[in-house]
Amino acid sequence: MAAHTDHATHQDSGIKIPVLKREKLILNDRSYHWITDRICGIVENRQPLLWWMLFIPSALIAMIGVGGGLFHLVSTGVGVWGNTNRIMWGWPIVNFVFWIGIGHAGTLISAILFLTRQNWRTSINRAAEAMTIFAVMCAGIFPAFHVGRVWFAWFLAPIPNANGIWQNFKSPLLWDVFAVSTYFTVSLIFWFLGMVPDLATIRDRCKPGIRKVLYGIFALGWRGGNRQWSHYEMAYLLLAALSTPLVLSVHSVVSFDFATSVVPGWHTTIFPPYFVAGAIFGGFAMVLTIMVPARFIYGLQDLITMKHIDNMAKIILLTGTIVGYAYLMELFVAFYSGAIYEMDAFKFRIAGPYWWAYAAMMSLNVLSPQVFWFKACRENLWVVMIVAMCVNVGMWFERFVIIVTTLARMWLPGDWKTFSPSPQDQMLFVGTIGMFLMLFLLFLRFLPCINIAEVKWTKLESDPHFDDNEEHPDHGTTTIPAYQQELSSNTSNK
Amino acid sequence: MSTTRKRVYGYLAEFKSASALYKAAEKVRDAGFKKWDCYSPYPIHGLDGAMGLKRSILPWFVFFGGMTGTATAFTLAYVTQVVLYPTVVQAKPVNIYTVPAFFPVMFELTILFSGFTVLFGLLGLMQLPRLNHPLFASKQFHRATDDGFFIAIEARDAKFSPVSTRDLLAEIGGDNIELVEEED
Repeated sequence: MAAHTDHATHQDSGIKIPVLKREKLILNDRSYHWITDRICGIVENRQPLLWWMLFIPSALIAMIGVGGGLFHLVSTGVGVWGNTNRIMWGWPIVNFVFWIGIGHAGTLISAILFLTRQNWRTSINRAAEAMTIFAVMCAGIFPAFHVGRVWFAWFLAPIPNANGIWQNFKSPLLWDVFAVSTYFTVSLIFWFLGMVPDLATIRDRCKPGIRKVLYGIFALGWRGGNRQWSHYEMAYLLLAALSTPLVLSVHSVVSFDFATSVVPGWHTTIFPPYFVAGAIFGGFAMVLTIMVPARFIYGLQDLITMKHIDNMAKIILLTGTIVGYAYLMELFVAFYSGAIYEMDAFKFRIAGPYWWAYAAMMSLNVLSPQVFWFKACRENLWVVMIVAMCVNVGMWFERFVIIVTTLARMWLPGDWKTFSPSPQDQMLFVGTIGMFLMLFLLFLRFLPCINIAEVKWTKLESDPHFDDNEEHPDHGTTTIPAYQQELSSNTSNK
Repeated sequence: MSTTRKRVYGYLAEFKSASALYKAAEKVRDAGFKKWDCYSPYPIHGLDGAMGLKRSILPWFVFFGGMTGTATAFTLAYVTQVVLYPTVVQAKPVNIYTVPAFFPVMFELTILFSGFTVLFGLLGLMQLPRLNHPLFASKQFHRATDDGFFIAIEARDAKFSPVSTRDLLAEIGGDNIELVEEED
């Protein structure tokens, strides 16, 4: 074949499939050193005033809400949450599912987009992974403390105890303990290993002193030799391959908590995929919520480009539409089941006293992302931020609808209650928002918030054959891809 | 007069780009060196072949680590649910046929153990953590994590010679060739 292609002309063959140009992931042809400087500069320089203006209130909110709230809870008793009937348990569960869902985008970006070779992930994966860790930490507070006597929380772990009682391995609640703790641990390993080369970069830029020693310890003595990179790349691939089913399993297991119970509105097979899509949806919205301002504050526009934001907006549109499909399918299945309890549960959701939560969920999660069909909306950062905020709120309402409205009308009419969170309930939830922001701001302050090594890797000259292009007759500038050359040579041979 | 003895670690040479490093690596490999390495700020794909490195054996460690996790979870669930503390809940049997209910935990522990094996296996294979390394004494090596591409050939390599190794590095395009010494 190759002999024929030599004299086959590509132009007059009549076959021309248009090829889309790949957009650059790093704008303005920034050098390796510029990338290092810009990202390490965030850690090395004084923080802008805005950082302090955000950090001080969020730290205070975290201290009062989480610190004070939990102190009050433990010293007084879990009764301050009003957990005297089934529906009042709703609040901690809503917040647990909300935070754990947010924690899904990080590992999705790191793992699934890595396996599918989506190189645009490199600019946002570090921050998204950090967000995962912090969101799972916020999530963990609720189940740990809502057991009542938190000093017995170790009963969750299968450790021999004096009562001779063992955990129930057939229960989704125990699966959840394993799923969430595994997810946290593996995400932490993934995050840390991904950061080792970048910590070494910071270490090598430090002047000798305590900072250099500390970064040096966490950089593990990394030298960037190919004998290290070779194993490192394999480790990263393995972690990505392990995290991909893990990230899909965690929210599936969370959904089993509901789906395996015999409760109308919960007992559905659609729950695992629906929860996973919702988690990715909410997670990406949170990534946008924090990365769009961070990009602006630290001048990272050349690394987190409009292309990145465009891609994330499209993922929000896709997952938002999947979530919308799930909402409608839930209604259809309830109708088609012919089961009166199932139908009543959904009628109650839509038209009962909690109709406002259902309306908020539908409009914020399903309708608001639809503006992303329009390019102008994906390019306007104000619109992107507003939609991301809508989704953050909408996803919280989704969990509220699923959990609270269902618990409000269980089988026994004696159980029927109207939900209202106690002040301590609200305090702790607001506190976790403060804690999340505080941890993220500390992350921006002390750790490299963009994956320096991987961003460098996406530059064209990072390809070891980049200089070889000069040796080719067309100087490597061909715009006709190989498959088109093959097509044209096939037709000209006929 | 300084009383510290110095031990030669090897030669360090800088190359101007990833492509130059790649081509130089092929030549060092063909010259028969064994104890040497290429240093770059990011992983260069294909450099393993150019250096003559084999594929990492980490996946084998992880496979057995993961299997250990599966077995641990099954044993834990089976022994506690069937042998030590059989309780009939959710109308599920208290014998081996209850195994589908163990699958989620078996899956999670497989991933957990694999994750730890990746971490510790990787550290073992990379021979890290270590607090210091002779190369850190070099004045230019800090650029390996920024924008520098280096090859270091160690003095303990059988083919190393103070003169011809230096000439080889110069011939294949190395700049700023430096003799790196560590304090003994």
